[in-house]
Amino acid sequence: MLARRVIPCLDVANGRVVKGTKFLDLTDEGDPAELAERYAHEGADEIVFLDITAAHERRGTMLEVVRRTASRAFVPLTVGGGVRSVDEMRDVLRAGADKVSFNTAAVATPSLLTDCAERFGSQAVVCAIDARRLPCENDARQRWEVVTHGGRRTTDLDAIDWAIRAVELGVGELLVTSMDRDGTRSGFDTELLSAIATRVRVPVIASGGAGGPDDFVTAVRDGKADAVLAASIFHRRMHSIAEVKAAMAAAGLPVRRIEESVA
Amino acid sequence: MRGAVKIAVLDYGAANMVSITKALATVGAEVVVAEDPAGMVGANAIVIPGVGAAAPAMVHLRERGLAEPIREWVRAGRPCLGICLGFQLFFDASDEADAEALGLLAGRTVGLMDAPTLPHIGWNSVDAVREHPLFDGVADGSYFYFVHSFAPAPSDESIVVARTTHGRSFVSAAAKGSLYGLQFHPEKSSDAGLQVLANFVGLVAGAAVPAEVA
Repeated sequence: MLARRVIPCLDVANGRVVKGTKFLDLTDEGDPAELAERYAHEGADEIVFLDITAAHERRGTMLEVVRRTASRAFVPLTVGGGVRSVDEMRDVLRAGADKVSFNTAAVATPSLLTDCAERFGSQAVVCAIDARRLPCENDARQRWEVVTHGGRRTTDLDAIDWAIRAVELGVGELLVTSMDRDGTRSGFDTELLSAIATRVRVPVIASGGAGGPDDFVTAVRDGKADAVLAASIFHRRMHSIAEVKAAMAAAGLPVRRIEESVA
Repeated sequence: MRGAVKIAVLDYGAANMVSITKALATVGAEVVVAEDPAGMVGANAIVIPGVGAAAPAMVHLRERGLAEPIREWVRAGRPCLGICLGFQLFFDASDEADAEALGLLAGRTVGLMDAPTLPHIGWNSVDAVREHPLFDGVADGSYFYFVHSFAPAPSDESIVVARTTHGRSFVSAAAKGSLYGLQFHPEKSSDAGLQVLANFVGLVAGAAVPAEVA
């Protein structure tokens, strides 16, 4: 039976893992390859690197990070942020990544998703959707708008429509982040997740709002997510991957447990 | 002994070469990347990795002059491991874009049409159909990482080593003589995957004993 995945996400700037609040006050948290290896050892089912380096100084640094990580952490690796062409995606895959996640670039140029899926296969193309709740009037159906540039710009896209369209364009996976919940540790927006997951056939990765192990359970059970991504609760060692998986297993969800390492 | 095992990983533009070469090196193999038939010379085994679509992969194999040398290699009984798309290419053809494949094994690669989610992405359990040295030291039912929408349907059920279920049951490992195929990615399957690769290297080491000595 297909296990539900637990995915730590690392923000990377200029080749280093950083932490910050809304991309501000960044602090250096270490080497991405070392952290990725540690997470893989602790049972991460996949690692996501989000490149938040300023665009003009990006080239090359992230490729080296991917190359070093893929050489020592033998788990799937997804890179998001800054990839804008088929050729750039090829370079990231050749460096050792398995998937590339598109966000702002996909909104700007939707055909990029199709071009990359035709070249590398749907399984390698992830569409990252940052969604924000819209005010819901009377008994109208709840809607979410797509935002880009890390939440700084709004679009006129409906998040659910965009998710469906991205799948039609060829992506093999959706990474759905609730901007309302991101960084709040108040739980995932399960309404958003299930609204998308029940309308597409590709796997949906839940993101934005992880506060504790129980949130992972509800993201899967109520949000219908296939995988759950989190950043700060793992980096700050508030909860371990093993702890999260234990909670999921206790709730009857299939997870890949690894041998307990030294306690 | 294992240090003497030289493995050529075929690079035809359809695979994550870093992970498979580093994983094989991690379990003690000497690894070379072969972009053309000359790169296979002197190797004890070849590995055909791959992810993505079958039709362009076959085009690239032919463009690099690798298709026929692979057939000759396997016909000679020399060790060959196919991973994911590489495994699917062992068969006669693929339903994916109706692509013709290498024809080393009888059967077709078919879509996982009744799967609850597609592509089949993630860790799934691999259940033994029969004992095989590839899985020595790996608990039955262990999780391995899959990324695919198609899987081979061999005509000869006796080659099946393990099966996995995603909607339907499909063949996740097969072996016939020195030809080994894995639908999952051992190079992305953490410790369990490294164990399978170590077992493959061990099998190659055994097969590498010169015939006159054996």
